[in-house]
This record gives sequence, structure tokens and C-alpha cells, in this order.
Amino acid sequence: MRLLEYQAKSLFAEYNIPIPKGLTSTDIVQGRKDAATLGFPFVIKAQMAVGGRGKAGAIQKCQNPDEFELKYPDIMQKVVKGEKTKAILLEKMADIKKELYLSLFLNRGKRSYTIIASGEGGVEIESVKNQIIREVGLGNVDASTAEEVGKQMGLKDKPLTQFIDILQKLAKITIDKEAELAEINPLAVLGDDSVVALDGKVIIDDNAMFRHEELRKFQEVSELEERAEKSGFSLVELDGNIAVVGNGAGLVMSTLDMLSDNGGKPACFLDVGGGATTDTVYEALTLISKMKKVKGILVNLYGGIVKTTTVATAFIKAYEDKVIDLPVFARMSGAEADKSKEMLKGSRTKMFDTIEEAINAAVIEMNKNG
Amino acid sequence: MVDLFELLIGKEGDRDYKKKPVIVQGITGKFGSFHTQQMLAYGTNVVAGVTPGKGGQKHEGVPIYETMNEAVRATGAKISIIFVPAKFFLSAAVEALESGIKLLIAIPEHVPVKDALTIVELAKKKDAIVVGPNTPGIIIPGIIKIGIMPASPFKEGRIAVISRSGTLMYEVSHNLSVANFGQSICFGIGGDPINGTPLIQAFDTIRNGANIDGIVVVGEIGGDAEEMLAQHIIDTKFDKPVVAYIAGRAAPKEKRMGHAGAIVYGNYGSAESKVSMYAKANVPVAKRPAEVPMLLAGKLGKGRIK
Repeated sequence: MRLLEYQAKSLFAEYNIPIPKGLTSTDIVQGRKDAATLGFPFVIKAQMAVGGRGKAGAIQKCQNPDEFELKYPDIMQKVVKGEKTKAILLEKMADIKKELYLSLFLNRGKRSYTIIASGEGGVEIESVKNQIIREVGLGNVDASTAEEVGKQMGLKDKPLTQFIDILQKLAKITIDKEAELAEINPLAVLGDDSVVALDGKVIIDDNAMFRHEELRKFQEVSELEERAEKSGFSLVELDGNIAVVGNGAGLVMSTLDMLSDNGGKPACFLDVGGGATTDTVYEALTLISKMKKVKGILVNLYGGIVKTTTVATAFIKAYEDKVIDLPVFARMSGAEADKSKEMLKGSRTKMFDTIEEAINAAVIEMNKNG
Repeated sequence: MVDLFELLIGKEGDRDYKKKPVIVQGITGKFGSFHTQQMLAYGTNVVAGVTPGKGGQKHEGVPIYETMNEAVRATGAKISIIFVPAKFFLSAAVEALESGIKLLIAIPEHVPVKDALTIVELAKKKDAIVVGPNTPGIIIPGIIKIGIMPASPFKEGRIAVISRSGTLMYEVSHNLSVANFGQSICFGIGGDPINGTPLIQAFDTIRNGANIDGIVVVGEIGGDAEEMLAQHIIDTKFDKPVVAYIAGRAAPKEKRMGHAGAIVYGNYGSAESKVSMYAKANVPVAKRPAEVPMLLAGKLGKGRIK
């Protein structure tokens, strides 16, 4: 789960990492009140789970009420890389002397948490040459490690002392909240030599959420995603018109790739998990029926242990119950494939021996209907 | 260092050669129970199960113990497979490693990263091998199956398959078997960001321990395991054929595609990055699972495709 900037900053505030004064709203009525409380000038920042907001005009300075009336609605309706503005943060402008970069992240290759820091912040870290990289095991950062990192970044005196404190607190957040990433970019040294987090990005380990009731309030799942999760499925909604369903994340990704290679447009990624029973497939079809953009369904099930007839039963039931009325292109490997084909004769589900054949048929059918 | 193949097969002359005893943790659950039955049917020597509160009973003909310690003492088993729900994984795995288990197959999906890291550290101290979490397990066709994979896709032979995905391991192995490329071992490393046995380690274990003509690596988007493996193949001048497959080319960025580990941030973890590193290591990457045997045949320079 990726927290929005204001959510990450609320964690920072809780752990006493300094942040600029700011207020968050989701409509202009509240926004005007926030503006009055804060006082001009300030920065208007779109809250969305994506990088590159500045370049896209989703972060803008605001000097007076006239500008506010123009810019607030403009930023509210911004879409950057497919992500919509979820809320707006108004934040006091800071008198920046120097911008730094600081993050702690789960280094998968090294199987340990790793600090990345740099004296050059405010830009994407991939483009920064002078990166300081330090592995820290399960995430704990002691004062001497923090001091070494700070000195390597060229900090001294008051900014160094403040940096050491901030790095240790960021490490504590990472451990306490089970974050895969906690990043401050930029971390700014201000005119008075105080150090402040001007941005915040925190990604929480989804699999650890059962231990973090306190973070539930930040979780934003669509109705469909919630329903999918309850059934033990994973669902990612996409832009196309062919729903892609299968058992196993790798297999569904693979099907998505092949469909795209053949010019098909996936409407979703739906992994129903390792097994495939009549109930899980029926539930998957029910979920898909709620997505209006879907014009066809591509199914790829690797059976092995599962009998394909149990899956065929689910399709027949879904048509009978009028859950779906869409063409289905299915590849089901496993026992009793011939019997399943026989069962599905005359229905809108076509069964194929290979996924390649199923994809071809799906793409041809979709193109026919424009 | 413990040796994977010695643990799985043993040496000729061993009393339990090709019959290594295995303990199932969570044997009475629906999932554990079903797969115990399947493993027994394959010929895996499941000697004990552990379910607290059910010690002294039998399940699928297998005696149940209260604790891992009792089960290990009674059977001498060094291999365990875990089926408990993710939130109980940590305590089950700690119990296994503390009881002397040397090969731990961790089936559960949705194990928190912190718990996986804790087990990785403990396994290092105990000189034990952990496979997973979120793995389908390991199969040596014809000898032993410790996992949840169906038996039908696999056939005895001399190709090793290492996979980050369960169903793709079955799919690719099935394609290999049909093309007459049997497998010496199929090793599921798991779909999580943290693997008990990372890709490179699995690769090295297999190249040193198994009779192989070639290796197939089934990967997916997320992380940099494939990139590191490609560099490792170059650095160590591995000269047997390696063929790869990568799932997730069409996946959007910053979206978790089912597996906890299958997520791209910027270029980190992207399919393009992996394909280009494999190209440097002279490893061809199949566009679809069915292409794997063809690429392998090309690499082996033999017309083994029917």
C-alpha cells in the first residue's frame, strides 16, 4: 500500500520528523478555509500515488485568493500517468538552502534494508550520481551509522545533528510500520539551518497489514478489489475490453503478455489462486460482470489436479443464472477436457486446447465488434 | 554447508536412499491434508505431521505430533513442509529450524517481509536451506515431490527448471515434457520479494549438484534477481544452455500483479531490464511458455523436438 504524501507526513509528524505546516482538503469549500487558516503564499499539492507531479503541473505556488480560485480546481482534476488527484494539500512555502535525498528501502537482492542518501535531492534518485548506500539488516540505524551517512553527504553542525535524528526516526517508522520503502525527497536544509521533510513517500508491506489496524484508515480499495480480496483473488483493473482470468499470478501475467502481443486489450488481471473450483470460477465471473467495459473473457486455467468439468459447470451455471452474457474464450488443461467441451456445446463459452488458439479467437471476435 | 541433493535423495547405500523422511506442518488443514495425500501418492516418504492439539492421532495414516521437536526426535527427519496460514508461518518456521530441520519448504502466500527476513537470518545461523515462502515446492521427477505441484506435468530427465511462479513452472515443465525434455529437478523459489533461496543460490546449487544438460529459468517482473543471475552467468562462465522466460511484459508499472514480488518501480524490475541483461549473458528469452522447448532445442543443437 502506497501512502499519499499527506498520509506519509502524518506518520512523520507522529514520529517528530519536522514537516512544513499544511492542511488537506477534498473540496474547494474546505480548501478556502484551509487557505485562510494558513495564509498566503503557499504551495498547492495534488495528492496522488505517483511521481513527477511537479513537471505535470500538479504542484503549483499560490500567491493570493484570485490564483487560488483558478489553481485549486485545476489541480483537483489533474490526472498524472493515469492517477487522479485524491485530495489537495496546501503547504507553507519553505526557505530552502539545500535539498537532500534520503530513503530506506527493502533491498530484495541483498535481503536487507538499505539506506540511500545524497547531498543532491529534489530530483529522481536514479539520476543522482553521488549516492551513499548502506545496508542495515532488518532496518535499525544506530547514531554512529547515521552520523557517518550525514557527514558523507557533506553535512555539519546543526543540519548534521538534525539529520542524524531524522534518519533514526525514519528507520523507526520503517520497522514499526513494516514499510518496504520510506523516502524523503527532498529533505531540505532551510535558511535557519533546520532540516525539514518537504515530501514523503511510504510503501507499507501489504502482507503485514493484519498487524497494522492503525493504518487501515489510509487504505483505499475499490468495491471490486475488496470483493476480490475477500475471495482470495488478486485483481488489477486495466483499460481494455477483454477480462483475463487464470489460476496463478505468473500464468495470468503470461496470458496478459500474449494477449497484448496479439493486439488484444486486457480489461483486468484476475488471479483466482492456485486451485480452481466451481465456486471460485463462478465468483470470478460474478466479479467480471460488474465491470462494464468488459466485452469478452479470456480464461487460462492450468488444471493438473483439477478436473476441467468442475470449471465448465461454473460457466454453465453463470449463464443460467444470467450472471454473464459474454463470450468466453477458455483454455483449460487437465482431466476430462473432452467431456467439458461436450458440456459447453451450444453455450457462449468456447474451449480451446492451447492458450494461443483461445487468444486468437478472442481478438478476432473483439475486432469484429469494433 | 548442507547439501540440497544429499537432503533430498541421499547417497547410495543410505538406509533411506531416495526415501528421505518428510514432516508436514499443518497436516490436518484442508490444504495440508490434500497435499499430504498427493505427496504420499507420488511416493514421498511423509513420516509425520504436526498439529498442536492433535498429537497422538493419525491422519492419512501418518502419525501426528504436538510439536516439531517431538516429530523430529521420533523420525529423524531433516525435511519439513509448512502449510499453516501466513500469520502463523513465523512461529512454525522458527520451531522447525530450532528442532533441527535442514530443509524447510515454505508454502504459505502473504507472509510479511519482516517474518521472511527473520527466517532467512535464522536459517543462516542454523545452516539450513529455506525454499519460499510462496513456493510450489521442489520436485525431482520419479523420486520425491515436496510441494503442491500436480504430478502430471513432470517427467524424469536432464533439464532443471527454476521458477518464481507456481503455475508457470507446471506450464513450462509440461511443455518441456511433451517435447521430450524431462527434468532432473524443478525448483520453485517463490513469488515473494524475499526468497529463502534466491535465484542465484538455486542456480548454483543445481549446477553443482544435479545431472543436467541445461537450465530453464522462469522469471517475472519485479526486483533484480534475473539481472543478477545474468551477470553471474557471465562472471562464472557457465557454459551449459540456459533459456529464460519472463512473465509480465504487458503489466502496468507500480501495480502488484498477484505475487507480492511482481511489481515494477521505474525501470527497477521491468521486463526490458531483465531481457537486456539476459541478452548480454547469451540467454534467449521465450515470448511465451510454449516457445521454451524450441529455444532449448536450438541451444542444445539437437533436433529433440518431436
